[in-house]
Amino acid sequence: MSRTLKRILLAAGMFAIGASAAGAATLDDVKARGALNCGVSQGLPGFSNPDDKGNWTGLDVDYCRAIAAAIFNDPTKVKFTPLSAKDRFTALQSGAVDVLSRNTTWTMSRDTTLGLNFSGVTYYDGQGFMVRKSLNLKSVNELNGASICVQSGTTNELNVGDYFRANNLKYELIAFATSDETVKAYDSGRCDALTSDQSQLYALRLKLTNVADHMVLPNVISKEPLGPAVRQGDDQWFDLTKWVYFAMLNAEELGINSKNIDQMAASNSPEIKRLLGSDGKFGESIGVSNDWVVRIVKHVGNYGEMFEKNVGTSSPLGIARGLNNLWNKGGVQYGMPVR
Amino acid sequence: MTDARWSGSAPVRRWSWTDPALRSAVIQITLAIALIWMAWSFFANAQENLARQGIASGFGFMENSAGFGITQTLIPYSESMSYGRVFLVGLLNTLLVAFLGIILATIIGFLMGVARLSNNVVIRALASAYVEVTRNLPPLFQILFWYLAVLSTMPNPRQSWAFGIKPFLDSLASGASAIGLTPLGAWLKGMADAAAAPGVFVSNRGLVVPRPIFEPDANIIFGILVASVIVAFFVARWARKRREATGQQFPTFWAGLAIIVLPALAAGLVLGAPVTIENPELRGFNFVGGIRVIPEFVSLLVALSIYTAGFIAEIVRAGILAVSKGQTEAAHSLGLRSGPTLRLIIIPQAMRVIVPPLTSQYLNLTKNSTLGVAVGYPDLVAVFAGTTLNQTGQAIEIIALTMAVYLTISIVTSTLMGWYNKRVALVER
Repeated sequence: MSRTLKRILLAAGMFAIGASAAGAATLDDVKARGALNCGVSQGLPGFSNPDDKGNWTGLDVDYCRAIAAAIFNDPTKVKFTPLSAKDRFTALQSGAVDVLSRNTTWTMSRDTTLGLNFSGVTYYDGQGFMVRKSLNLKSVNELNGASICVQSGTTNELNVGDYFRANNLKYELIAFATSDETVKAYDSGRCDALTSDQSQLYALRLKLTNVADHMVLPNVISKEPLGPAVRQGDDQWFDLTKWVYFAMLNAEELGINSKNIDQMAASNSPEIKRLLGSDGKFGESIGVSNDWVVRIVKHVGNYGEMFEKNVGTSSPLGIARGLNNLWNKGGVQYGMPVR
Repeated sequence: MTDARWSGSAPVRRWSWTDPALRSAVIQITLAIALIWMAWSFFANAQENLARQGIASGFGFMENSAGFGITQTLIPYSESMSYGRVFLVGLLNTLLVAFLGIILATIIGFLMGVARLSNNVVIRALASAYVEVTRNLPPLFQILFWYLAVLSTMPNPRQSWAFGIKPFLDSLASGASAIGLTPLGAWLKGMADAAAAPGVFVSNRGLVVPRPIFEPDANIIFGILVASVIVAFFVARWARKRREATGQQFPTFWAGLAIIVLPALAAGLVLGAPVTIENPELRGFNFVGGIRVIPEFVSLLVALSIYTAGFIAEIVRAGILAVSKGQTEAAHSLGLRSGPTLRLIIIPQAMRVIVPPLTSQYLNLTKNSTLGVAVGYPDLVAVFAGTTLNQTGQAIEIIALTMAVYLTISIVTSTLMGWYNKRVALVER
């Protein structure tokens, strides 16, 4: 009920957006407010999840903290708003959040018709399936006739439809409003398979009664580039969010991390000097101070550190870097040059 | 001015704030203009902001293909059909659960309301406990209870509880033979042998029952059935008029049953029973064939009916108590037994008190059906205001349309109940 109400309020909010939202500088609003409003998920381990002390943690959370670090030199100046898959775009459009960092797939229709821009791809994902090990399945194509649980309001519903139809497979799709209800229904045996982005499946698997009885099938049926999004029409803010992400990639590529940042600041390499702000005025060009990358790396770390801490092999999720490795290490993460 | 009134000459109408009629007219017109201007400016502002932010608007998306699957569809549906079709599928699912829920809740509610006034202590206590428990737990909680608590005890499809319809048909056949309908008995026996394999399955995928497949000849039987119902209706009307005029009784119920059942049965025997039964069977992960009732639907329907019935029971009790005790005493002194007294004297008078609050319970049940989104029931809110909204992102259009639908359903329900209320209302002569 409350979700319906919230959605209606958000829709009603569209009527009320005055001159403040459209065309106005989000960066000025954020600075005046003293905090960044960041839209995250309602709890997805590894990406955005409150820990046992109530602090938000995860890859998507750390990205917002990096923006706050660049603007305020303080990664705690972020207000996190948990959003359901359905509410997220309306929350961004109506100005309730400044940046939507909520494991959101970059698709053409979202980019072009929802009045938003995607700043980058912080995690390259693909849609997969989790099944019971006792079924002895090897591939998605053996799921003919199966009941499949999915969270509604995601791109997953459409992908399942497309894939099963293209391969002449029958299926029954049961869509639940939140990921918790989806997992509960799968756990109770209502569905043979649970489908979501693979990274989420690893996280959701931890919520099941007997974790060891379930496995994630190796195939992916779609490309799911997950990234942060901002409102269309504010290029300064769009640039800032884009370059925070590139800066974290460049820092990793140049070997700058949160432990060696002070030594690196004294480096003579022209690339490092430009990135860390001792040469040029790159920070000012996006509306923050020139040592913005020093702030990001000191408080949050580079991209690799962020990945390892939240989702990497040393974390409970234990996901390998794979596609998310840097371009020169076999992945596709590529930071545009700072010069 | 005042002088004119005192002197008795006709008062002259003038522009004056002291004239109450004129003043109220001016205020009302101003208010109406302000409201219209406000509504228009909301609309224009939203349009302008949507355009400026590059958000698509309008209802063109309704023709795009939806691409996602839906578990329960009352009309044929596939992924390649449009969002408009999704809207229809969701609307029908909402109407189905609301309609059946209203019927079930009314039946349970009336039984429980009457039971709370029973002279039997056990029945009265059970009914009170029922009302207190169902009325005081939130509906969402009850839906989740039926879905998660009851569903998780069900076996998986491979170990589903299977029931055959053979024992049932066998007993019907021997019953028919015993009362002399030997051909019917033999036919039922044949059906029973054909349905030897179990046909009814209960598992965590829902209830699966055999599907009757009608051959073209079956249409004749349907035609006869419809005609019989019409005939039975007119017979009942004739019987009532005769009773009111002459006081002579006529066995309307048994005659009606015979008129409806016998011709259709005879036609079925003559045409050689043009019905075959398709048994569901487990193939791979799920059952194939047969009719399947999904657990999402069952849990939502059961929870809504039981929850709303708790309120209806109290309304019925209040209605019965509102009828003065003298009515019961008068009926008893005329020699009526308790059953007919309740049916013919008390309930018709109680209906005047029951119907108006009953209407709002029906509306509540319909609106509460949107909670089905929690257990994945594909109602209008789940598939249209949920998935479709997400895929198209057109929040304003979709939410407006969904609100309009619920408003329409509610207004139609209360109009129907208003019409019924007028029929049962006390006619003052």
